Amino acid sequence: MDTLETTALEIGTTVDARGLSCPMPIVRTAQAIKTVASGALIEILATDPGSLKDFTAWCRSTGNELVEQTVDGPVYRFVIRRK
Amino acid sequence: MTLTAERPTNAGPAIDAIAEAIAAAEPQPAVPPEDEVKNRDLVLIWYSGDLEKTWASLILATTAAASGINTRIFITFWGLQVFVKDEVRITGETWMQKMLSFMQRPGISHRKLSKMNFLGLGPWMMGVLSKKYGVAKPKELLEAAQALGVEFMPCQMTMDMFGLKREDMIDGLGEPVGAATVIELLNNGAASLFI
Repeated sequence: MDTLETTALEIGTTVDARGLSCPMPIVRTAQAIKTVASGALIEILATDPGSLKDFTAWCRSTGNELVEQTVDGPVYRFVIRRK
Repeated sequence: MTLTAERPTNAGPAIDAIAEAIAAAEPQPAVPPEDEVKNRDLVLIWYSGDLEKTWASLILATTAAASGINTRIFITFWGLQVFVKDEVRITGETWMQKMLSFMQRPGISHRKLSKMNFLGLGPWMMGVLSKKYGVAKPKELLEAAQALGVEFMPCQMTMDMFGLKREDMIDGLGEPVGAATVIELLNNGAASLFI
């Protein structure tokens, strides 16, 4: 797994949703993405296995772009670009 | 509609002009811009006062609002008891209204399970499990819903029938409304859930 590409990119803010269950990773992300400019990236760390499907669906609903998703042991990492 | 086949710069057959006119008159399929997401509104008709339904409803409402969906909750019948302030114990004016609130304690933190309540053992176990698995409590979800702009519409009729006053209810609720307001939202195409 290679996360070098996006760690080098500008991450506007990070949402640490590790240990949180549905729907809080999405709720926290929706609140956090409002704090960055359009086109900026945010990073989400989560441990909820449901978040794999949920973040893809959430991006389709909101029009934000899921730039990257990676798994590191129990932690899922998502990078989303605000539309 | 009038078709003018005269084209001063081109002496081609008149049929070209007619074909052009037909093409222009045909309705063009509306192609939304690619990055434009059109979401339907969501209306929850929240009738239940049970703990598990309160929980599930708030999870759906917060997620919908977080997904950019205009989310409204019409609170009616037992659902209204969820939105009475936790510290208010007895509500109503008449002895019957007071009895109802006495028999079923209002407030979001005092909800009972519809099954396996066991004098509060069930809700207590749910609380312990939710903490262990990082599940947000209903009260926390309610705060998130309000922060995300979910609109709460209490039912005027039920408030009157239960003798509930605005000062009994939590802050941030909208104006009490009736069924016609909800029906209009549904008629306008909002997705709906009856809980």
